[in-house]
Amino acid sequence: MNIASVISKKPFLLGLVGLILLLLATLPFYATGYTPILMTTILMYIIMTVSWVIFSGPTGYISLASAAFFGVGIYTMAILGKALPLPVVIAIAGAASFLVALLVGALTLRLKGIYFAIFTFGLVVLIKEVLLYWEINITGTRGRFVVLESNETVYYVMLILFVLTMLVAYFIQHSKLGLALRSIGENEEAAAHTGVNVTMVKVITYAISAIFVGASGAIMATRWTYIDPYVAFNPILSFMPVLMAIFGGVGTLYGPVIGASMLAYLQEVLTTRFPYYYMLIFGAVLIAVILYLPNGLVGLVQRGWKRVSGGQIAST
Amino acid sequence: MRVLEGEKVTKYFGGLAAVSNVDFHVDKGEIFGLIGPNGAGKTTLFNLISAALPLKSGVIKFRGERISGLKPHQICRLGVARTFQAVKIFPNMPVIQNVLLGSMFGTPTAMSSADATRQATELVEFVGLSAVSATSVKDLTLLNQKRVEVARALATKPELLLLDELMAGLNPTEVAQSMELVTTIQGRGITIFMIEHVMKAIMNVCGRIMVLHHGEKIADGTPQEIATSKKVIEVYLGE
Repeated sequence: MNIASVISKKPFLLGLVGLILLLLATLPFYATGYTPILMTTILMYIIMTVSWVIFSGPTGYISLASAAFFGVGIYTMAILGKALPLPVVIAIAGAASFLVALLVGALTLRLKGIYFAIFTFGLVVLIKEVLLYWEINITGTRGRFVVLESNETVYYVMLILFVLTMLVAYFIQHSKLGLALRSIGENEEAAAHTGVNVTMVKVITYAISAIFVGASGAIMATRWTYIDPYVAFNPILSFMPVLMAIFGGVGTLYGPVIGASMLAYLQEVLTTRFPYYYMLIFGAVLIAVILYLPNGLVGLVQRGWKRVSGGQIAST
Repeated sequence: MRVLEGEKVTKYFGGLAAVSNVDFHVDKGEIFGLIGPNGAGKTTLFNLISAALPLKSGVIKFRGERISGLKPHQICRLGVARTFQAVKIFPNMPVIQNVLLGSMFGTPTAMSSADATRQATELVEFVGLSAVSATSVKDLTLLNQKRVEVARALATKPELLLLDELMAGLNPTEVAQSMELVTTIQGRGITIFMIEHVMKAIMNVCGRIMVLHHGEKIADGTPQEIATSKKVIEVYLGE
């Protein structure tokens, strides 16, 4: 990449990001009714996917615990929502998810490959079952009512969380921590012998990546008004971020954003238009992407770009 | 002065003694060689020193202090760097970033990122890879990948460098270049402990050599003493 193209590219990108943010921030003024609700869902999936990519992207550790962190956020809101102001509850939800991830990370990040994936998924099921037992036997209820917030409030909170997630993801990717995470993904043993405190780097990043998942769970809970362990710890939400990240392409930050936006939109359209065939069509799309676009949509875009620009542009 | 010392270093894999009651020491500034047939426990000994494997029995001291029980990254930051028999590099990262990682994470005292970058650039030049500095390491030849490993190890500012078969798989010209590299590193004041199968190399560059066989130390001494030791000849050539 030569210097001239970097200079001309940067203001363009910044302008584009600014424009998108402006459009998102003013959305409730020009689009009412269903659109902000749809956008909230899409933003939620972007937050979950980018959070997943923060840790699993560079390290290659496939975490299936997203639903657990999300559920922790939901229950934080259900328990504290009436007692404390909204921003405080959301902050506590983020902190609670951070702590859960810290604990889980410290216990499980010594596991590698498929074992780590299975254990993290087991965590989702474990928390759900324990919570269900607790609610039925100790608190004597199954579900809980959650305070209601207006659609606009939910949307704006989600938008703020989205911006924060993107900023954190960007700074981690471009920091010393990001370099350490990549080295772990490339060769963990070599990283350790080159002075990287691999356990610390993994556990801390894993915990940071859980914060916004928990926070978005807390704000989503107010939209659902009634939650129980089955809703809060829905295993599908562990797989969606992985699928969306793969769909978009894991190597960059905009890949997961594009992947999450498109799949979340597709899911929304399919569930409303084809409620019976939704899963079938959704599955077919995913299989097609994994078979024919191993590098995700980003890979497709990059290949197309190379063809348009006449071959070799220096990669990286 | 002894940089590294081992007393009764022992490691079992199940019932097999991979390293058994080995006493050794490495003096400051020397090049100390470690040889032995396949399966003699040479790499296991390196893994014990660098904490890739936990040491259960015996003592390993670096600069007079016990280092057994520390984590690999702590050993690295103390000043013991290593390379691997089968290269362990960061394949999709460019050469400069491979080396930079050592400067950024492995040095005894933290460096500013400007200093880290400067040092990494200097080391890439030192091992002769300036021309491919921005190339992904996976696209390099084996010789150059090994040089990246050496540069990355040097980037952690080690006092002691463990080289595990630096010359395996290289052609005679490359072996000669690597021998030169080893002596230049020694010239920088870094003590070297090296495992090697290429006899010509080890006999030429090492001040002292230790021989392992079935996990036990059977000899140590100058290259001449080793080359004429009856026990060593028996182990290598049979009776």
